Amino acid sequence: MSHIKLELKPEQVAKIKEICKSFNNDPGELINVLHKTQETFGYLPAEVQEVVAVELNISVAKVYGVVTFYSFFTMIPKGKHPISICTGTACYVRGAEKVLDEFKRILNVKVGETTPDGKFSLNCLRCVGACGLAPVVLIGEKVYGRVSPDGVKNIIKEYEE
Amino acid sequence: MHLLICGGTGCKASSSDAIAEKLKLELAANTLQDEVQVILTGCFGFCEKGPIVKVLPDNTFYIQVTPEDAAEIVKEHVVKGRKVERLLYVDPTKKTTIEDSKHMGFYRKQMRIALRNCGFINPENIDEYIAREGYQALGKVLTEYNPQQTIDIIKKSGLRGRGGGGFPTGLKWEIASKNPADQKYVVCNADEGDPGAFMDRSILEGDPHSVLEAMAICGYCIGASKGLIYIRAEYPLAIKRLKVAIDQAREYGLLGNNIFGTEFSFDIELRYGAGAFVCGEETALIHSMEGLRGESSNKPPYPAQSGYLGKPTNVNNVETFANVPPIILKGADWYFSIGTEKSKGTKVFALAGKINNVGLIEVPMGITLREVIFEIGGGIKNGKRFKAVQTGGPSGGCLTEKHLDTPIDFDNLVAAGSMMGSGGMIVMDEDDCMVSVAKFYLDFTVEESCGKCSPCRIGNKRLYELLDRITKGEGTMEDLERLRNLSQVIKDTSLCGLGQTSPNPVLSTLDNFYDEYVAHVVDKKCPSGQCKSLMKYIIDPEACVGCTACARNCPVNAISGERKKPHEINQSICIKCGACMDKCKFDAISIK
Ligand SMILES: Cc1cc2nc3c(=O)[nH]c(=O)nc-3n(C[C@H](O)[C@H](O)[C@H](O)COP(=O)(O)O)c2cc1C
Ligand code: SF4
Ligand code: SF4
Ligand code: FES
Repeated sequence: MSHIKLELKPEQVAKIKEICKSFNNDPGELINVLHKTQETFGYLPAEVQEVVAVELNISVAKVYGVVTFYSFFTMIPKGKHPISICTGTACYVRGAEKVLDEFKRILNVKVGETTPDGKFSLNCLRCVGACGLAPVVLIGEKVYGRVSPDGVKNIIKEYEE
Repeated sequence: MHLLICGGTGCKASSSDAIAEKLKLELAANTLQDEVQVILTGCFGFCEKGPIVKVLPDNTFYIQVTPEDAAEIVKEHVVKGRKVERLLYVDPTKKTTIEDSKHMGFYRKQMRIALRNCGFINPENIDEYIAREGYQALGKVLTEYNPQQTIDIIKKSGLRGRGGGGFPTGLKWEIASKNPADQKYVVCNADEGDPGAFMDRSILEGDPHSVLEAMAICGYCIGASKGLIYIRAEYPLAIKRLKVAIDQAREYGLLGNNIFGTEFSFDIELRYGAGAFVCGEETALIHSMEGLRGESSNKPPYPAQSGYLGKPTNVNNVETFANVPPIILKGADWYFSIGTEKSKGTKVFALAGKINNVGLIEVPMGITLREVIFEIGGGIKNGKRFKAVQTGGPSGGCLTEKHLDTPIDFDNLVAAGSMMGSGGMIVMDEDDCMVSVAKFYLDFTVEESCGKCSPCRIGNKRLYELLDRITKGEGTMEDLERLRNLSQVIKDTSLCGLGQTSPNPVLSTLDNFYDEYVAHVVDKKCPSGQCKSLMKYIIDPEACVGCTACARNCPVNAISGERKKPHEINQSICIKCGACMDKCKFDAISIK
C-alpha cells in the first residue's frame, strides 16, 4: 500500500467548500456531500475528509466513521479501469467466484487493490440487477454478462495498450 | 403499431439502446416513423432471453435481438407482416416456436398487479402512465374519501408489507395517522439489499409513477406533506427515471401544492444509500438519511412514533406502494379475493440461479414453488436435478424437494424454515454445495453487520469461521453442534432484524442437508465437488500420453514429468485452479 501524502491544491479545497455550501453546510447532508465529493475526486482521502469536517462543523472522526461504514465510499483511488465483479447470490451460484479468482490471478492483485501501474482496480459488488446475465462483471460502466473464467483474459485485453 | 423494447438494466447491458436506435433508423428509411412507435419500456421480466422486442398489437415476442436484427424486423414484420421466425421463442419442453407472449409458460401463470405497467409503458413519459389509469387513484382519494376511509380500504384489502416483515400496511398507516405532529414523513424503502434480487429496482425503472402516486396517497392518509425515497446509489438508471418522473409529476401539478385543487400538498425528494445492507432496516435507514452511520436502534420507539428527524415516519417498501393504486381503483374486495387466507394479493419474485428462465415474475400468493420453478421458470438449467431454492436472501433459508408443493405465502414459508423476504428466489442444482452456500451468506452478513451489538458482530464471524473449517475438511461433529447453538444465541440476542435472522441460512441447511455437512466432516468429502480444499486433481497414468500441455499451463508449476511419460501433480503445490484439466485433450485428468 502506498502512503502518498497528498497536498490539496487551493482550487480543490475551494471545490469541496463549494460542494458543502451547495448543501447549506448541513451536517444532515453529510452522505450527499460525500457522494458529490467522491464523484468529483474519484475517492475520499483523509485530507478531503478533513475539509468536509471543518465545513460542516463536525469532527473528522464522524466523517471518517461514515466513509468507512458505507462500502460505496472509498479512500483508495480507483484504477483507470475499475473492475467490479458481481458476487450477488445469482452470480455466485453461476460461478462468480471462479471468475473473480481468474481476475485476481491475471492482474495479480487482491480485492480492493489497484494494479501498480494504476490501470485496473478490482472490487466486488452485490447484484447489479442483471442476474439474467450471471455471472456479471462491470468495467467502468460497461457490463459483461455470462463471463466464464476462460473469457477473462480477452476482457482484460480490450483495455490493454 | 408499437415496437416495445426492454430498457431494464439487464437488457440495456445487452445494448437495447442501440436496438431502439437502429429500429428507428430503419423505420425512417421506410418512411414508417409516424405509423410505428418505438418505445423503450421497463423490464418484461424475461431477462434470461433478453434483449426482448415485443410487437403490438399482435404480441409477437422476439428474443435475444441484436442491433443487426433491426433491419429484418422492420422489413419483414412491419412492412410485409411476416414474423421473423428465427427470433421467436422456442418452448424448451415442446420444441415448438411460440409466436406471442400470451402462450408462453413463463407468463401464463403470472398475475401482474405491482408490475402492471412494467414493459408496457415508456417510464419516462407521464402521459403513458396517465393513459393507463395513472393518478386516478390519487384523484379519487383526494376528492371522494377522507384519510380514514382510505386507510380502511387498505386495511380491508389485506395488503401486507412486501419488504420482508409482512406487517399489515393499512394498520401501519393508521398508527402513523394517529400520532399528532407538525410534520410527518412518508419514506419509500428502495434500498433492496438482498444480493441477487432486483424487484424493486425493476418497478422503479419500469413504472416510477406508481410509487410516487402511492406515496402521495399515503401522505394524505397519515397527514404528511413530505416524501423521501431512500435509494441505492448503485442504481443509476432507477435514480434517473425517478428524477424524470418527479419533475414531470410536479409539472402536471400531481406533486406540489394543492394537488387536484384540494388542500393537500405533497412533494418527494430522493436520498441516496451508499451500499450497506443494514440500511434496509427501517431504523438504520432513517439514521442514514440523517447523515449518520446506518446503525440500527432499539424499537420502540417505532418510526411511526419517532422517525426521521424525530417525527412520525411511515416506511414502506417499493412493491407495497406499487400495489396501492390498483387497490383504490378496483376495491378492497377485489384484492382480498386473491391469495391465501392470511396473505392477499400477489408477490413479485426475482427468479435467478440454475434455472432456465431467469427473470422477474409476479404470481398470486398461494402458488406452489413447483409451479414457479418448473412451469414459469422452465425447470433446471442443462437438465440437472433440482436441489434447493433459497428465499428471503441472507435472512432466509433453503427449501428442498419436500417443500415444492407448499403454497407460497408469508406464514407457510416461515413454517418451512425460510421466509418471504423481499422476493429473491435463487434456485440451486445438484452441483451446489449447501455448506458453501451457507458460508456465502455468512460472509455477506459478516461484511454487512453494522457492528453495534456483539452477538451479531462477533457471533456471525465465529459462525463463518466454523463453516470455513468445515469446507476445508477440518470440521468436527462437535462443530456442527456448535453451529446450532451459536446460531440460536445470535438469533435470540441480536438487536435488529439483521442479526436476528442471519443464522437462518445455517440452520435451514443443517436441517435439510445434514448429511452433506456430515460428509464434509466425517468423510472429508464435498458431495457436489465444490469445496476446493476437499478435492484433488489427479492424472491417470494410463491415459496420460505425456504431451506436457498440462504442465505448461499450470500457473504454479505443480506438474512434473518428462515428455511422452505420464505426468504427476504435486498436491502440496496445486492451487486447484482446474487449468490442467481444461487443457488435457486426452481426458487424463480428473477430480477426486
Ligand atoms: C437487515 C434488514 C434488511 C432489510 N432490507 C430491506 C430492504 O432492502 N427493502 C425493504 O423494503 N425492506 C427491508 N427491510 C424491512 C424494513 O425494515 C421495513 O420493515 C420495511 O421497509 C417496511 O416496509 P413494508 O411494511 O412495506 O414491507 C429490512 C429489514 C432488515 C432487518
Ligand atoms: S444485529 Fe447486527 S446489524 Fe443489527 S444492530 Fe446488531 S450488529 Fe448491527
Ligand atoms: S489444478 Fe491448477 S494448480 Fe493444480 S495442477 Fe492443475 S493447473 Fe496446476
Ligand atoms: S447477482 Fe449478480 S447481477 Fe444480480
